[in-house]
Amino acid sequence: MSAGHPAFQVGQRVRVLTRQPTGHFRTPGYVRGRVGVVQHLTGAYLNAETLAHGGDGRPPLMMYRVQFQQPALWPDYAGPATDTLVVDIYEHWLEPAPGDPQPPQQEPRP
Amino acid sequence: MQPVHDLGGLPIHDPVDRNEHPYTFLEKRIDAMMRLLYGPCALFKVDEMRRAIESLSPEEYEHLTYYQKWLKAMRALLLEKGVLQEGELEKRIDAVQARMEAERRDTTPLKPHIEGRK
Repeated sequence: MSAGHPAFQVGQRVRVLTRQPTGHFRTPGYVRGRVGVVQHLTGAYLNAETLAHGGDGRPPLMMYRVQFQQPALWPDYAGPATDTLVVDIYEHWLEPAPGDPQPPQQEPRP
Repeated sequence: MQPVHDLGGLPIHDPVDRNEHPYTFLEKRIDAMMRLLYGPCALFKVDEMRRAIESLSPEEYEHLTYYQKWLKAMRALLLEKGVLQEGELEKRIDAVQARMEAERRDTTPLKPHIEGRK
């Protein structure tokens, strides 16, 4: 989970956790529980959830640009079926999509 | 419970008004205050502002304007951090209102601002 060793790779299917913590968080409700694909690793960012409550936001967390199919998010989606939506999501809000093989774990570098 | 600000995908009564409007003097002032408080004064972070805005009641969140929400959030954070004391702002508002009321009732003709010039 540390910033130096990303838990997810580009192209990997991930599911957004459905937890509902109290306080500030940056994950919009409409992607909770939804499966998307990692499009890009944007880097490590200070944790807004602790920054928002007077903390220092450390340790920084990896942020992922996750792409969702629009029709998978909205039951009555009227646009083209190929439309997608991209959301920046912190690593601690993601898990591997259920049923997908786990990627080989990289050995942490010293 | 869904947080008060997390509105994506929820039904709305009226379509969102996408028209821009010129900023009012008050809006510019609130913007300037916010920038001072989290910039040079470093009294709070922008994430704390977000949290304070998200802590408004559902009624406030629905009815306050964008900058009114900022104002409420700034007040809450300044109280939380002890920069302002409870009741301090209200006392000041009362004093300013009383002064404005007195000025309004004062019928003395205004002195010309510039004298001795033609």
